[in-house]
Amino acid sequence: MEYRKEYVTVKLRVDPDGSIRPLSFVWVDGIQYKIDRLIQRTRAASTKVGGRGMRYTIRADGKETYLFEEDGRWFMEVPIINNP
Amino acid sequence: MCRTILHCDMNNFYASVECFKNPKLKPYPVAVCGEVEERHGIVLAKNYKAKAYGVATGEAIWQAKQKCPDLVIVPPHYDEYMSFSKAAREIYEHYTDQVEPFGMDECWLDCTGSTGIMGSGEKIANEIRERIKFELGLTISAGVSFNKIFAKLGSDMKKPDAVTVIPEDRFKEMIWHLPASEMLGVGRATEKKLSSCGIRTIGDIANWPVDFFTRRLGKCGTDLWRFANGLDNSQVMTRDTEVPEKTVGHGITTLQDLESPAEVWKVMLALSQDIGHRLYLFNRKATGIAIDVRDNQLYFKQWQRSISLPTQSPSWIAKEAFALFCERYDWKHPIRSITVRAIGLTSMDTPSQLSVFVDAERIARSEKLDACIEDIRRRYGKASIINACLLDNPKMPQHHENKVIMPTGIPI
Repeated sequence: MEYRKEYVTVKLRVDPDGSIRPLSFVWVDGIQYKIDRLIQRTRAASTKVGGRGMRYTIRADGKETYLFEEDGRWFMEVPIINNP
Repeated sequence: MCRTILHCDMNNFYASVECFKNPKLKPYPVAVCGEVEERHGIVLAKNYKAKAYGVATGEAIWQAKQKCPDLVIVPPHYDEYMSFSKAAREIYEHYTDQVEPFGMDECWLDCTGSTGIMGSGEKIANEIRERIKFELGLTISAGVSFNKIFAKLGSDMKKPDAVTVIPEDRFKEMIWHLPASEMLGVGRATEKKLSSCGIRTIGDIANWPVDFFTRRLGKCGTDLWRFANGLDNSQVMTRDTEVPEKTVGHGITTLQDLESPAEVWKVMLALSQDIGHRLYLFNRKATGIAIDVRDNQLYFKQWQRSISLPTQSPSWIAKEAFALFCERYDWKHPIRSITVRAIGLTSMDTPSQLSVFVDAERIARSEKLDACIEDIRRRYGKASIINACLLDNPKMPQHHENKVIMPTGIPI
């Protein structure tokens, strides 16, 4: 499956020690999804869409997915669905 | 004590970054090439698919296209490469503070002090390799050995995404059979000299008497012999080491060939502005000048001479360079590229002996003027003040803000 890089709007919480925690994001359909659980935060590359930075593994709407922070911008890997 | 030196080399660096940033390129043969309009139309890097067609670094785009008609040509993005290089270095610095870069894509690491906590050199190398792949999406090949030369040799032995260990007790059987040209320090000219004497492998260099190399190649010859015998004991620089500048130079390939001395003067004056600025920053002055000239037949020639009075003045450097050029160049062919270098750098505080015939007052006035120009540039930008004759210089490329410092010598 092919993917594209989609920059998304993210609501963040910045703690007094400077640490950042994403609270929700706006998906390509325009719906805002609340992040139910932050599972992991690690520096990683996205080889699917060509990006690198801090990768947040999150659970939203019952699904696990990645949210990347790259140079202050946030992106997600969006699958491209080819209709026959 | 046996050292643990790693050499990490990012595979097909420019091409890998381009394929990473644009994953759609991955299935195709890709070459990163310079701007044809600026006459830099050569292959700077290629991926493994392009390599399979025989595309080689340094060849012209048309030659590469002949070998591989479907070759995808992409322009270089130096800012991206710098950013990846910096990120890789940050990873290396997790393992040791002795990280010495050799160009943008290669680094030596001295992990001798880290092995007690982090495991063997091989383990560290594998961990770094995995981390670079995971965090940056690129592959590296690493060499692990007891000196810098063999570590570098090791990183070239297995590619991509691999680690090669050359231990002290097995280096003879592992590398002595390799061609001499594989070793750092043996370029095309040295290889030719060596092969004319029947020296073809690294083992041949090691087993020949050292006097022979000293006689034929001078100090470099002795070093080659030491390298081949595993006696290289050069240190890996620490992170904050600033290597003293030995020369400051600037070169350019012009948009069109230069056909008259007046055109050459303009280019030399433009190049010298940058040299003067860097000398000012380093607080150095030049005691000599060198020029490299390449004509449109790609014939290359280099000349140098000392300057009567050490200087950092751009106009003085340009005048000296131009005088040297007029004296030596025979104008058989128009010129394609020119490099001006300030050599024999000394500190600004070094006293210099004035000649009786030198107008010291004029020099002092000229130095004041240069300091004033430098101050204006510092406050209002580089282009805020330039020589009037440089306003109209159509053969000079305008966009050369991406200065990439390449490795230039053997780290001895």
